[in-house]
Amino acid sequence: MAATTTGRPLGPEGSLLPSGHLRRRLRTEAVIRAALFLAALVSVATTGAIAVSLLRPTIEFFSEIPVGEFFSGTTWAPLFVPAQFGVWPLITGTFLVMAIAVLVAVPCGLGAAFYLSEYARPRVRAVVKPVLEVLAGIPTVVFGFFALYFVNPQIVQKFWPFGNVGTFSGLAAGLVVGIMILPTMASLAEDAMSAVPGSLRDGALALGATRREVCTKVIFPAALSGIVAASVLAFSRAIGETTIVLLASGSNPQFTLNPGQGVQTMSSFIGFAGIGDQPTGSTGYKTIFAVGTVLFVITFVLNILSVRIVRRFRQAYE
Amino acid sequence: MTATTGGTPLTTERRRLVQSLASTVSVGRRLRDRVFFGLLILSLLIALVTLFALLIDTFLTGQTRLNSDLVQNMPSGRPARAGIQSAIFGSLWVVGLAGAVSLPLGVATAVYLEDFAPKGRWYISLIELNVQNLAGVPSVVFGILGLAFIARGPFSWGFTVGTGAMVLTILVLPTVVVASREAIRAVPPSLRDGALALGATRWQTIWRQVLPSAVPGIATGSILSVSRALGESAPLLLLGALTFVTFNPDGLDSSFTVLPLLIFKYASDAKAEFHVVAAAAIIVLLIMLLTMNTAAILIRNRYQNRRS
Amino acid sequence: MAGGLLLAACGDSENEGTTDVGTDDTTESPQAPAAALAGDIRIDGSSTVTPLISLAAEDFQTENSGVRVTVGTSGTGGGFEKFCNGETDISMASRAIKDSEIQACKAKGIEPLAVIVANDGLSVVVNPQNDWAKCLTVEQLNKIWAPDSKVNNWNQVDPAFPDQKLTLFGAGSDSGTFDYFTDAINGEEGATRTDYNPSEDDNVTVTGVSGDKGAMGYFGLSYLLENEGKIKGVEVNGGDGCVAPNNETVQSGDYKPLGRELFIYIKAESAKRPEVKAFAEYYVENQDTITEEALFVPLTDDQVTKIKSELTAVTGG
Repeated sequence: MAATTTGRPLGPEGSLLPSGHLRRRLRTEAVIRAALFLAALVSVATTGAIAVSLLRPTIEFFSEIPVGEFFSGTTWAPLFVPAQFGVWPLITGTFLVMAIAVLVAVPCGLGAAFYLSEYARPRVRAVVKPVLEVLAGIPTVVFGFFALYFVNPQIVQKFWPFGNVGTFSGLAAGLVVGIMILPTMASLAEDAMSAVPGSLRDGALALGATRREVCTKVIFPAALSGIVAASVLAFSRAIGETTIVLLASGSNPQFTLNPGQGVQTMSSFIGFAGIGDQPTGSTGYKTIFAVGTVLFVITFVLNILSVRIVRRFRQAYE
Repeated sequence: MTATTGGTPLTTERRRLVQSLASTVSVGRRLRDRVFFGLLILSLLIALVTLFALLIDTFLTGQTRLNSDLVQNMPSGRPARAGIQSAIFGSLWVVGLAGAVSLPLGVATAVYLEDFAPKGRWYISLIELNVQNLAGVPSVVFGILGLAFIARGPFSWGFTVGTGAMVLTILVLPTVVVASREAIRAVPPSLRDGALALGATRWQTIWRQVLPSAVPGIATGSILSVSRALGESAPLLLLGALTFVTFNPDGLDSSFTVLPLLIFKYASDAKAEFHVVAAAAIIVLLIMLLTMNTAAILIRNRYQNRRS
Repeated sequence: MAGGLLLAACGDSENEGTTDVGTDDTTESPQAPAAALAGDIRIDGSSTVTPLISLAAEDFQTENSGVRVTVGTSGTGGGFEKFCNGETDISMASRAIKDSEIQACKAKGIEPLAVIVANDGLSVVVNPQNDWAKCLTVEQLNKIWAPDSKVNNWNQVDPAFPDQKLTLFGAGSDSGTFDYFTDAINGEEGATRTDYNPSEDDNVTVTGVSGDKGAMGYFGLSYLLENEGKIKGVEVNGGDGCVAPNNETVQSGDYKPLGRELFIYIKAESAKRPEVKAFAEYYVENQDTITEEALFVPLTDDQVTKIKSELTAVTGG
């Protein structure tokens, strides 16, 4: 058999075989690799657990309540007797709050992002960007407090022109949700804009464009995929926001698109029902899961959409 | 071109050139420029002014109760005596545990996905899709999961510190994974290649070269993720953390309450004196968050400077 | 301490004088109260009763630092659900336990022991700017709150009232207050219109009513007294004239039909634990000061005597 000059055996075509020490090492490596794989599986297990924990009660729920009633009824009163399970008030409520929030967060977030990316001096940017990041971390309960005791009485009640506004309103909740997600929107959009190569900017400026035109005609299209991804994230967060809506929009699910009224969203209903601690296995308990499934599906679809859009619109640079 | 003071024909010519160029920007365009810029500033101001107004209003409301009593006392039905100690400790316990569990788990997942996973296999894409999706799920859904699976259902741990910690771990995990992956990816390939060329195994490379280099990124990412957990209220709402708890937790099976929910409770109270306590509690929570975020930013800056 | 006197009256001669450092399920009778009482007491239930019991729990824990009391607010119904599942030791209720709930408890081997903790006048409230609805009859209330009611303006309640939109706030369906109100006003427990702002937390109802000129809500008397100025009470005419809820009218029964008793239900098995027994006794002995501070209507002397004998019958042996 072939061997090295020191007498160690060689493998096929004279290759080096692992020594005993190395062999042990490789075995340990295999174990470590398996352990890491198991760790990675935890995330899959989590999604699986969410799916299972949501699905079973949801299926049971729909065996008791006809799907038709759920998706066509316009009165949502699942915790009363006799219960009514028309989910539309929750959907209109969610849509109302989400629309107001997005109308606040996306334009203002884009505006702030344009400013930071294209207009601000580096020193201003170095201060404002971290400030925005910190502001993005303020807990939602603080915003809810703000919406209930400041925004609604001082702003909505005073300035809403279409009739009286009570203690709770979808508008107050929507505005504050928008303010809450604004820093995240601005931050992500600004990241997308910074990724646009300077050469594109310089070229446009050299051709005589003003800074505004560079923003609207060069940066915006170039960063579009990142901007859209940020906007979709804003949509998701607005839909999923619970605490602010719970505190500021009341608990009366109304089938309305009037922001001056209090509304209940899917998330705030889940929070509301959760506080009340429904008895396990009751229809009220299962309602939490049915609504939770609808919510999960919507955000899942939005997420996939965002990934697709990013891939489609992304312009590759070097 | 040599810099010249005014008066030479070259400079005048340049000035005339600039002026002629400037006049090509019509008044209309310039007006739109100004309006646009105004809108941008307005957007930024809306964000900053509102947020600062919120902070200042909270501070002014709560500052009268910002004393040692607040932190030493337990919640009480009497606003003058109400404190937040049990909530502070409850938060520390639950969030601390969540961080302690999610950090190794998240880094392990990131390491696997970045360095060990065979690219392109279906199950790898499944894992990646899962992590991405979980990062975007509304936090209240994790509360539902906790209620059905952990508090009741198969685990049946009840409404305890263990349940709360586990739910927050699952909540925080995806963001830790994403942040760790970014940090590991940012390690220059030369570091890996060099180690491998010297005969190190993959794990040795990771453990001794890649991870230490990625530590600042991982630390920053995890601190930010965990600080998000500190401010979470929705998932714990469904886990019975809204109860009146006047003691600090002493084990995984303790009842507990957390700062955001105590704030929620005091803010919902109709009595204005409780709003003052709520505002003071908000200040305490914000200080805790600010400390964590500053630590994260400092770590990031320090190690970035060191490397360059 | 008062508890010790009660025990002496109970006639318990076993193990007198021994200190109890034990935790759960000891069948020894407790003695020297200042000794180390320890253990967990889990309480849940009605948001009406919560302010009262929280206050008692707080003071009790100050005197007995080894005992840990938690108070949840899941509503009367939710509280009973947990209680009959064995998850809590004491359930707070703003109505009497239902038969179905007693069955559910017995099925799990849990025996509820009723203790009246206070009297209450379920109060109807309106916004302070509401100067027209000073007294409402039961019929008017029924007209507003009936299951198929479409009343959304005050002038539909009484033509003399102004044209003002009516916004309703009230208790959630897990609430004993809800059960009691619907039973008394609408004739059937649980029968109500559903387009109002329900909440398990009466504080939210207070906030709601205080922020809306045309609002109306209902909750326990203590919330009215605690928040005077933010909300205004309405006199209720139960057939014998307009009566405002206060200590006298509630205790005498003149405030009707919304006068009621508030309860805690103790798990008989838990009641044998020294710390739980001590808590119950602490409450009964101090109920006059506790109810006064919490702005609840105290027990009448007859009620106190009755409770004391019931308690000692279950726990003293």
